[in-house]
Amino acid sequence: MTTSRTFAAWLLCACIALPAASHADDLSSLKGELEALKSDYQARIAKLEARIGQLETQVAASPPAAAGGAAPPADVLAAAAADAAAAGVASAEVSMPAQAAGRNPAAAFNPAMSVILGGNYANTSQDPDTYRIAGFIPSGGDVGPGARSFNLGESELTLAANIDPYFFGNLTASINGDNEISVEEAYFKTIAVPHGFVIKGGRFFSGFGYLNEQHAHAWDFVDQPLVYQAFFGGQLAQNGVQAKWVAPTVLFLEFGAETGNGQEFPGTHRDRNGLNGATLFSHLGGDIGDSTSWRAGVSWVDLHADARTYDDVDQFGLPVVNSFTGKSRTWVGDVTFKWSPHGNPIQHNLKFQAEYMRRTEDGALAFDTDNLALNGDYDTTQSGWYVQSVYQFMPRWRIGARYDALDSGDTHIGLVDAGLLPLDDFPLLQSADPTRVTLMLDWSPSEFSRLRAQYAWDDARNTDTDRQFQLQYIYSIGAHGAHKF
Amino acid sequence: MTRPIRSLALLALLISAVPAHAALKVLATTADWAALTKELGGDKVDVYGATTAFQDVHRVDAKPSLVARARSADLVVLSGAELEIGWLPILLQESGNPRIQIGQPGYFEAVSVLRLLEVPSTVDRSMGDVHPQGNPHVQLDPRNIAAIGKALTARLEQIDSKDAQYFESRGVDFQSRWQQAMARWDSQAAPLKGTSVVVIHRDQSYLCNWLGLKAVASIEPKPGLPPSAGYLAQLVAQLTSAPPKMILRNAYNDPKAAQWLSERVHAPVVLLPYSVGGTPEAKDLFGLFDDTINRLLKAVQ
Repeated sequence: MTTSRTFAAWLLCACIALPAASHADDLSSLKGELEALKSDYQARIAKLEARIGQLETQVAASPPAAAGGAAPPADVLAAAAADAAAAGVASAEVSMPAQAAGRNPAAAFNPAMSVILGGNYANTSQDPDTYRIAGFIPSGGDVGPGARSFNLGESELTLAANIDPYFFGNLTASINGDNEISVEEAYFKTIAVPHGFVIKGGRFFSGFGYLNEQHAHAWDFVDQPLVYQAFFGGQLAQNGVQAKWVAPTVLFLEFGAETGNGQEFPGTHRDRNGLNGATLFSHLGGDIGDSTSWRAGVSWVDLHADARTYDDVDQFGLPVVNSFTGKSRTWVGDVTFKWSPHGNPIQHNLKFQAEYMRRTEDGALAFDTDNLALNGDYDTTQSGWYVQSVYQFMPRWRIGARYDALDSGDTHIGLVDAGLLPLDDFPLLQSADPTRVTLMLDWSPSEFSRLRAQYAWDDARNTDTDRQFQLQYIYSIGAHGAHKF
Repeated sequence: MTRPIRSLALLALLISAVPAHAALKVLATTADWAALTKELGGDKVDVYGATTAFQDVHRVDAKPSLVARARSADLVVLSGAELEIGWLPILLQESGNPRIQIGQPGYFEAVSVLRLLEVPSTVDRSMGDVHPQGNPHVQLDPRNIAAIGKALTARLEQIDSKDAQYFESRGVDFQSRWQQAMARWDSQAAPLKGTSVVVIHRDQSYLCNWLGLKAVASIEPKPGLPPSAGYLAQLVAQLTSAPPKMILRNAYNDPKAAQWLSERVHAPVVLLPYSVGGTPEAKDLFGLFDDTINRLLKAVQ
């Protein structure tokens, strides 16, 4: 700016000097004119300098807002330019701040990228290796509090973008502390199918219930409710397709259906063509006043297990492998309420959710598949539920409580009913009603970080209470995520 | 057809017959865009505002009721520049509605016709929740409303061409009333020029820029982050030596922080509607600016 001002001043001096030199004869008459001109120009230069100074402070206050369109500084810049023109200066040299890198064309087509970093520290009063949910065939998934001391949790990498005007694509890969990488979700979704239909395909978390679709970093507690751990090994992912339809009503009403290869617990991989299993779900939701919103749903998960093996011990405490073959059908009911004053969650907000599941398994159970290989009928109806609530009592701070309960129900084991084997040969299947009470406190310094402490009294073993204390961190880097209700 | 299938088909037919209104269904992300669309669309639009003046538009849930509204919308009117990034993408994806997807005529982004203030030259989350495209809180400069209004009129005409004449004449009428109002506001607000103010979040930048208010400090140390005790002490020290004329608070802001600062630096807190509906007087866009200027003028007198 200083150089441009000096340049303008030189230019002006030249303008003044040249005409003055060419009319050297009438010096006296010109002298008066010159003085007038000089003072005129000086006044204008002073005005311009003031204007430039004013602009400089404005530009400093709001760095790179450029001219044009309806942008407020445009008027000022235009006025300054007009003044400059009036003053006979060729160019006002009011440098336009460069449009900043907000819209970088090279980056424009890159997918939204985000990484979640997670980890925890755990203290448990019982040995985590002995953890089991009594009365339930082990799901083989994420069950229990995990290992003691420091643990690296899941590091989750998500890439997502619209593929073209017709499809949206998403990849969520998870790297766990044991250096294994797994594909949590990798799916496409239609965005151009009209009339409220959305088709999704690939691997995705099934749409039943409330929590199943949510990724671990969005959970309000360190771990999943017991009923999810027992019935679905934490979460059910489908390798298949999903069709959803949203009704054109003011009340939210959606219906969904899924099918796939049915390989995830409680199903198994089946060497068979066609559709393996089906999931149906429906959700209803709306607002109550301007402070409360809700969603409720009912879902049905129908899967088939072919030789679904699990480890147990026989009556002498020797390890055996048993296996189930048959139908597994689960009903799920879910309800969620969210409250915040006038819908503004910044100071206070409350979330309440509950889910109930009831599963019937019907088929054959093989005992000690490696040696005796005895076969008999098996049928059972089991249920479980949880209720939890999280309250933000001041900005950044939330407390939560959760209660879990399971009922292993009446299990009919053909081999036992026929008197071939005692019930002691199936210790895992003996009737039990596991419960757990969990308290949680978390602190979120920003939208992108959260630190959590959790204490649980876990009676899943149905023998001794496991007192679990956990500290957890969740950090999010990259694209600002959008979360479902 | 068996009886249950027939009744199901009948139900589906009934449900799909419900939304057969002539009016254009509009989902507006803020009360201001809802008000602007009503001004321009009259009775040819059926507008639903997703949020009120008492909500922080950064922090809204992708509620089921909003998915239901998105499902049937012909047009979504949003601010853009990532203001609604935490929830609008979910609504679009879950809606099963191709009309309102990004790039479609039914997706109207207000900031697309503006040059934004405070476009950061570098972006890093250590700076708080910064918006890489610039400050998205554009509604408090009436010149922006005029520009957005022009573009929105054109968009309404494009989507509903049979009513184009209607939208055109409403647009012309609105723009002329708006120009008159702007001239009035400019002259009324002349005494406000150069007034030093403290803001909470950087959502008053456009108002300050338009009226020539000098924002000397912000209660949020960085966008989206609440102030720490240390920062507040530093703020008090800074403002005691050079006290501001007033502290601006939006209807949706918690009153505590502004009140706390006000008692220490002896500057009044001025409650501003910020959005249509934020005060009883801010019934529409005209009321929003009338009331904002009235409240500011009262505080400088």
